[in-house]
Amino acid sequence: MAAYQAPPPEYRELPDVPNKLEPDATAHLSPFLAKPDHNESIGFPGELVDNWEEKAIDKMGELLGKYRSFQVYMDACVKCGACTDKCHYFQGTSDPKNMPVARQDLLRSVYRRHFTFAGKYFPKLVGARDLTREVLDEWHSYFHQCSQCRRCSVFCPYGIDTAEVSMAAREIMDSVGHGQKYCNEILGKLQKVGNNLGLPGKALKATLAEFAEEIEEDTGLPVKIPLDVEGADILLITPSADFFAEPHIDGLMGYAKVFHEAGVSWTLSSYASEAANFSMFIGSYSNLKTVAERIRKAAIDLGVKRIIVGECGHAWRVAYSFWNTTAGIGSGAAEDDEFAQKLQKQLDHNYPIPQHICEFTYDLIQENKLRFNKSENDWRTITFHDSCNVARGSRMGSWAGGQFDIPRAVIKAAANNFVEMDPATIKEVTYCCGGGGGLLTDDLMEIRVKGALPRMEALNDVVEEQGVTHLAAICAICKAQFAKILPIYKFPMDMITSTHQIVGDALVMTGSIQEKELDGTDDDSDENDTDSSEES
Amino acid sequence: MMSVLYALLFYVATALFIGGLFVKIRQYARTPAPLKIPTTPAPTTQSGVAYRLFREVALFESLFKSNKWIWVLGYLFHAGLALVLLRHFRYFTDPVWWWVELVQPFGIYAGFAMVLGLLGLLGRRIVIERIRYISGPSDYLMLLLLILIGSSGLMMKFVSHTDIVTVKQFMLGLMVFDIRELPTDGPLLIHLALVAVLLIVFPISKLLHAPGVFFSPTRNQVDNPRERRHVAPWAAELDK
Repeated sequence: MAAYQAPPPEYRELPDVPNKLEPDATAHLSPFLAKPDHNESIGFPGELVDNWEEKAIDKMGELLGKYRSFQVYMDACVKCGACTDKCHYFQGTSDPKNMPVARQDLLRSVYRRHFTFAGKYFPKLVGARDLTREVLDEWHSYFHQCSQCRRCSVFCPYGIDTAEVSMAAREIMDSVGHGQKYCNEILGKLQKVGNNLGLPGKALKATLAEFAEEIEEDTGLPVKIPLDVEGADILLITPSADFFAEPHIDGLMGYAKVFHEAGVSWTLSSYASEAANFSMFIGSYSNLKTVAERIRKAAIDLGVKRIIVGECGHAWRVAYSFWNTTAGIGSGAAEDDEFAQKLQKQLDHNYPIPQHICEFTYDLIQENKLRFNKSENDWRTITFHDSCNVARGSRMGSWAGGQFDIPRAVIKAAANNFVEMDPATIKEVTYCCGGGGGLLTDDLMEIRVKGALPRMEALNDVVEEQGVTHLAAICAICKAQFAKILPIYKFPMDMITSTHQIVGDALVMTGSIQEKELDGTDDDSDENDTDSSEES
Repeated sequence: MMSVLYALLFYVATALFIGGLFVKIRQYARTPAPLKIPTTPAPTTQSGVAYRLFREVALFESLFKSNKWIWVLGYLFHAGLALVLLRHFRYFTDPVWWWVELVQPFGIYAGFAMVLGLLGLLGRRIVIERIRYISGPSDYLMLLLLILIGSSGLMMKFVSHTDIVTVKQFMLGLMVFDIRELPTDGPLLIHLALVAVLLIVFPISKLLHAPGVFFSPTRNQVDNPRERRHVAPWAAELDK
């Protein structure tokens, strides 16, 4: 399939002008099917099984019994319309099946047919339908036009979360051998090699050495990026994109500088060299657990006391919300919970487990342990893109909403020029980058471009009116998506920046070339804002 | 004859309502929520969650964030209905509870507010293209059912007056399994029949949103996954 070539959709006059519906505008978009070995490597049938209709309904029944969310959300929708204009894919495509409620209805119609009185006896009345090949194809298409960003769930009066529904739909499709190539292939690699890239330990070691060298050239300090160090205090789990992609790498180097300056002992693991866990995207609890247990094993084998997670959106949701549940990586397990206690006894519960790299840096800033030369970032005017999974599926800090305050405080500690985008597009109601939820693949380029529309509109506003030059993010998928999408919307590609790149650029490390330069010219120190305790 | 028919109808409807709702609520309560999925920012304490649910149920907080028109119309309907229901306690209590007396004068206006809200919601459903797209026959019928219940109720008060004292005797009788005489005015019979239909369809329709909201994990979970290990029974099996 050729990459999507068409221009992006035009900016709208006002973001809230309701779209005119264009039925089936994106019905043709459907991601590649997973090959048999992709499916089998993560425990699913290789290809569509013979009696798949029956099997799919059985699976649906099983999930209804296992997930209260799924059961309640199938029943509770009253079709009030609150969610209809909230999805970025609907806003970018005008396809009514991209309205959250209509997307849910693709599955709910089959639920009603098989699991409700009204649907069994009065199918027409309640819009119930049988599961046919057409329905399956429609599921494969439209449940892969949802990035599971949960924006709709903010607005639903019953909290119905389309992410839960699309996860269930994907789990049902996987269970009958009808999986998506991108997610399943990557999950296979992760479980075989340890990261989404399939990057083996040796290659990783060489790559990290290069980065360390680069930092040394820049700062004059022997900053290390350690790998597989037994007895280190901190295990860093970061998305593997941080090892090879731009601007991710600069973020990784930023973490390394912060760790070095903090004087902590830390390590990466070649066995668990991946924070991403696409099992969430496909709604597979067993895979979610298998992948999370790699991190558990690495933590136990290396004997670490703390676990810190790098900049990654869905990975942070998995780490923050699901690691304790699936792998015991957290605190507060019951005394008789042997599985969790095995790890938790080893960990230092004076720190949050797991901890986000932004929380780590933020704490150091609060304690006045980091010195910044903010003028290093003066050439940038920065705005911050709240990643959907961080914003609506996790937290940072000890207070509700810390996930909004902490990254901003970190950026503002390191840079002078910070601007917010339209309040209707950030924080709790932030828009997805357009590439989350297992959609970051070339075969879905068209929906990625169109789904980025609301974010690009908000960005365009602050670029034109406030001279924004950089878009900071804390998510590997957001960064990769924007690196591809920004040029299509006529923005420079390198506008997208890792948050810890901004930190690293302004950090004045003890004994570094930067420190000498600064302190050697004490007379004009008023030029430089080096106050690290400044609060926003 | 009509009295017996309606008495039976109400017994059946009430049994189906209570039985059906019991089955569904038990199902919601027994189905585990294996993962922590509150829509964040979320409260970090149990009392915070109670307050969040209160705001959701009493103020329709999320709907308010979404769309002011749906919120106004939906609130008008639900608040109206709540007052009307409270007012109806006087047909089942003798002597009438003091606070029902207190609500009494507002109940009448509430009836109008309720029907007005419903008509607005129906209008929205027809006029707004997005909402028309997601509406099925049952969605229109449900609104129609509620509108007819509301307007037939109002008719008894303002158009053709019903002998409400006798109706009350009928209802009090039903509660002690004694079938007494029911007046046979059109609006009353329509009103009561439709209420019975509403009771019957409640547990098998989207009206399940009423109990459902309390069981919605995105709203009723405490945001504390790092501090407490949360494991569903079926998931705990996988630890072994």
